[in-house]
Amino acid sequence: MTLRDSGDRVEVLPRQFPTNRGGLCQKGWTAAELLDHPDRLTTPLLRDPASGELRPASWEAALDRVAAGIHAVRAAHGRDAVAVFGGGGLTNEKAYALGKFARVALRTRNIDYNGRWCMSSAAAAGIRAFGIDRGLPFPLADLGRADTLLLVGANPAETMPPLMRHVTDQRERGGRLIVVDPRVTATARQADLHLQPLPGTDLAVANALLHIAVTEGLVDKAYVDARTTGFEEVRRTVAGYWPAEVERLSGVPVADLEETVRALADGSAIILTARGAEQHAKGVDTVSAFVNLALALGLPGRPGSGYGCLTGQGNGQGGREHGQKADQLPGYRKIDDPAARTHVAGVWGVDPDDLPGPGVPAYQLLDSLGMPGGPRALLVFGSNPVISAPRAARVTERLRGLDLLVVADFLLSETAALADVVLPVAQWAEEEGTMTNLEGRVLRRQALRPPPPGVRTDLDILAGLATRLTGTDAAFPTDPRTVFAELRRASAGGPADYAGVTWERIERDEGAFWPCPDPDGPDTPRLFADRFPTPDGRARFHPVSHRPAAEEVCAEYPLHFTTGRVLAQYQSGTQTRRVAALRKAAPRGFVELHPDLADRLDVEEGDELVVTSRRGELRAPARLSPAIRPDTVFAPFHWGGAARANSVTNDATDPVSGMPEFKICAVRVEKA
Amino acid sequence: MNIVIVGYGMAGSRLAAELHARGADHKVTVLGSEPHRAYNRIMLSTLLAGKIDEPDMELAEVAGQGVDVRTGIGVVGVDRTAREVRTDDGDRIRYDHLVLATGSRAVVPPLAGIDPADLPPRVVAFRTLDDCRRILAVARDARSVLVLGGGLLGLEAARGLAARGLDVTVVHPMGHLMERQLDPAAGAVLAGTLEELGVRTELAVAASGVDVDADEIRLRLTDGRTLAADLLVLSCGVRPETGLAAAAGLTVERGVVVDDRLRSSDPDISAIGDCAQHDGAVTGLVAPAWAQARVVAQVLTGEDPTARYRPRPPVTRLKAAGIDLAAMGDPTTGPGEELTFADPARGTYARLRIHQERLTGAILLGDNPSVGAVVQLFDRGGPVPVDRRALLLGRALGTTAAPAGSPALMPDATTVCQCNDVPKRALVACWRAGARTVDDVVAATRAGTGCGGCRDAVAGIVAWLSEADSVAVPR
Repeated sequence: MTLRDSGDRVEVLPRQFPTNRGGLCQKGWTAAELLDHPDRLTTPLLRDPASGELRPASWEAALDRVAAGIHAVRAAHGRDAVAVFGGGGLTNEKAYALGKFARVALRTRNIDYNGRWCMSSAAAAGIRAFGIDRGLPFPLADLGRADTLLLVGANPAETMPPLMRHVTDQRERGGRLIVVDPRVTATARQADLHLQPLPGTDLAVANALLHIAVTEGLVDKAYVDARTTGFEEVRRTVAGYWPAEVERLSGVPVADLEETVRALADGSAIILTARGAEQHAKGVDTVSAFVNLALALGLPGRPGSGYGCLTGQGNGQGGREHGQKADQLPGYRKIDDPAARTHVAGVWGVDPDDLPGPGVPAYQLLDSLGMPGGPRALLVFGSNPVISAPRAARVTERLRGLDLLVVADFLLSETAALADVVLPVAQWAEEEGTMTNLEGRVLRRQALRPPPPGVRTDLDILAGLATRLTGTDAAFPTDPRTVFAELRRASAGGPADYAGVTWERIERDEGAFWPCPDPDGPDTPRLFADRFPTPDGRARFHPVSHRPAAEEVCAEYPLHFTTGRVLAQYQSGTQTRRVAALRKAAPRGFVELHPDLADRLDVEEGDELVVTSRRGELRAPARLSPAIRPDTVFAPFHWGGAARANSVTNDATDPVSGMPEFKICAVRVEKA
Repeated sequence: MNIVIVGYGMAGSRLAAELHARGADHKVTVLGSEPHRAYNRIMLSTLLAGKIDEPDMELAEVAGQGVDVRTGIGVVGVDRTAREVRTDDGDRIRYDHLVLATGSRAVVPPLAGIDPADLPPRVVAFRTLDDCRRILAVARDARSVLVLGGGLLGLEAARGLAARGLDVTVVHPMGHLMERQLDPAAGAVLAGTLEELGVRTELAVAASGVDVDADEIRLRLTDGRTLAADLLVLSCGVRPETGLAAAAGLTVERGVVVDDRLRSSDPDISAIGDCAQHDGAVTGLVAPAWAQARVVAQVLTGEDPTARYRPRPPVTRLKAAGIDLAAMGDPTTGPGEELTFADPARGTYARLRIHQERLTGAILLGDNPSVGAVVQLFDRGGPVPVDRRALLLGRALGTTAAPAGSPALMPDATTVCQCNDVPKRALVACWRAGARTVDDVVAATRAGTGCGGCRDAVAGIVAWLSEADSVAVPR
């Protein structure tokens, strides 16, 4: 988008850019309303021990309180007792600085971020197969030229509307759109073919698709031989997934499975996964199953074809590359790789041995807060886990049990409301920096105006805390351009190599695609043309097997429950629930259920419902829709209070990625 | 604990994998009489069709990962006192728990002119990979095939061989095909479908004998006719392989009798798959065999000592190019309502029975988009849709947007642009305020600026407004 400062307010204008092609949804159009919103925080808040209330305080007092709290916790419980929780909406510079702050200033291993709940399963599957994790290994515009597009658990018509312009293009050129989703979403309605599997059975569906590719002779054997390893074991695994059996498991007709594979094998094809495939305790394996299919059909690296994952946050790609992850150093390096530690420690001017080792993934981190051996202080930047964490009531209890909770945000989110210290920070239109979009394209964020008085940037906060904790802020510059220059050096030679990306280049060239090691050399819009970034240059098949959801339906909890987004709201809703136009379009949470199910429950449109799982309940009005399976109910996750969907969700996590099972658990539904 | 599995077919190999996946410290020995690695029997007809090669049928195996798989080794006896099995190469293997997964063998009907124990090359039972190899060895130079038996397996073989371009005739003694699963009407539709695929059927006639010579076989029928072909495939049912169990003194009826934990009359010996008889039934299907393997693994490894096998009613599925058949339960008799649809000219037939809002049986043949939903409802016992048509037309019923009628008929409150929440009345108001082009209306209302999917609808409304205005405003 483009911004215009028209005197006393900021206007949003669409920008013709290859990614969104001038498209903006209502969230984009109204984004500027938050800049001058009356709820905007403009002063630090400190919890008054006597009254228990949050009271305005000076920055000095607030930062002193944070530093004192950290000192006290460290003295009593050690360095790992201080933890950091970041966000996928932070700029690259902030994400990088936050990771460095944790490792260098706090010297804690305990840092992770909310991106763990977003695309971590696809990230892990991508690394496993391709040796690298870039959401799309090709520009988004390639979607428009694919003969077949398979969207798995992705609903861009409601979650990323401008992307649909490429899909419209694709269909106008005669391409086929196939959607896999348990709900007849706005995206599924546009599809030529919609597979509507029972939630939690996508992995089996993917294996059956590959089984059919084998039996119909559609495997690209030349590609498999030349560019991959491990196909035989996968072929033997999918031999056990014959279509009739998977039809019985998933409810997807065999004929539809066959039609899908034939379409994918006929011309160019792109397979995209999103949260629906990824947010499971078997999310990594589910994505791997679709990656296996893509590899068997010879798609990755072929022009106009491939596999990709849709990211879900503003900086969902860049935010996962530079050290917010528990096991990661900048440039998508592994923190347990000695060479990576030496390189990054060199850039940071510290001894590699002083860098902490890997921490634990987000949910495990939050679940350990205040528990024996767990962290006792937490610094939160750009995240609202009280709404967005699975089993949110328990996470809220963990947060309450901390000795020190610090939240940096520009609105009083539900998590900030629990904090001991709240630090008001700048918003997107008030700061410089870079973001990396789902294409791996590094983009500039430009400041239109300074933050309001009393507000600081996240980088300022880190510098202020570094001074108090280490005696100097030399390692934590507050100028984003300086931070980016350091990020370039730290990422140099890593998988996500930004060394050749400069702000000038981004502005000149409509962004720069990583890896981009040389300022004078090319960037990389398309990956995998000749080789994969694995040790032998080949992509790796990975055999995966279906297993039931972590929690299956039973007599007491007879329905499947799944969560997702609505068009007019975003993430935990902290921002979008405060925009009047969006509130009008999507005023409150709801429970979507099939009219047949409503009939059996004697429920009518608008009746207040209670959805109960083993972990908690949510209350919201019924919304009847034939778009959902009669054995499944859906609730959006943007709301807090009684309508909080994550009160119900399951905190079982994927053993590889740490992704919680947001997309399926067992519930019962009753009239309130 | 030493666990010995006799049989390395789909049940035995699955059990080995299930035990391995649970990672317990058991020593697992699998003895398979067939010489090859485990393969998916369900894919044999695809192999016959020539669409895949033998390696494509291989199943993932866990040999060498704490599991000792010995193929090409038969078991000749079980010594229950010593708790040992004796192999045909003279070995004795001790077990703490023995699992019989010996499967079943093809029934060769008594036909004058052939010795069931020594079939000539042009007469082959259709059951195993070796059978398939024999069929293919003859089929290579053959032009015509007779398949004796019009059950599921026989039709799969017929379909596979027809796909090779062979001239195939199915001879079936009953009045219609797959009589255990289908009613006569469905059988007739299926026969018509097969005919189009190059498979002829001879119904209600039995075979009495075979004449075999070097060049062809001649099948003598009870009505006096004789059919000649290059190859005769026998698909006359299977019989559980229970010889070992019976010789060891276990309780055997049609199969090895087992309880809900798949234990035989000797608690140290279980049986799973085709050779097992649970609750009076032998299945011959893979899905129950795999479910049984899971229960045995759960119990033996201690993962869930309370695990019990609960059979699910079988679903028969015949799916090949040009054929789509699903049959489950019995839709022809019993209480409740019946739902039918027939379009024999297009090979489509559906008959379903519903009792107390549950599906008790269904036959779906041909193009039935609801087949996935129906199979799942039957399998899980879920309540059927209030609108029964969904059972015939698929789950998507009622979810597709109504086709956009004239903008004049669209209610004012209808949301035209979802992305930006713009109702029709906002577009009309914009027009009335002076906007006269699509671009003007889009700029003022933001309709069409998100996904762009409603641009045609917006243009349609603008066109309608300009027309309506030109009519309504007198000059």
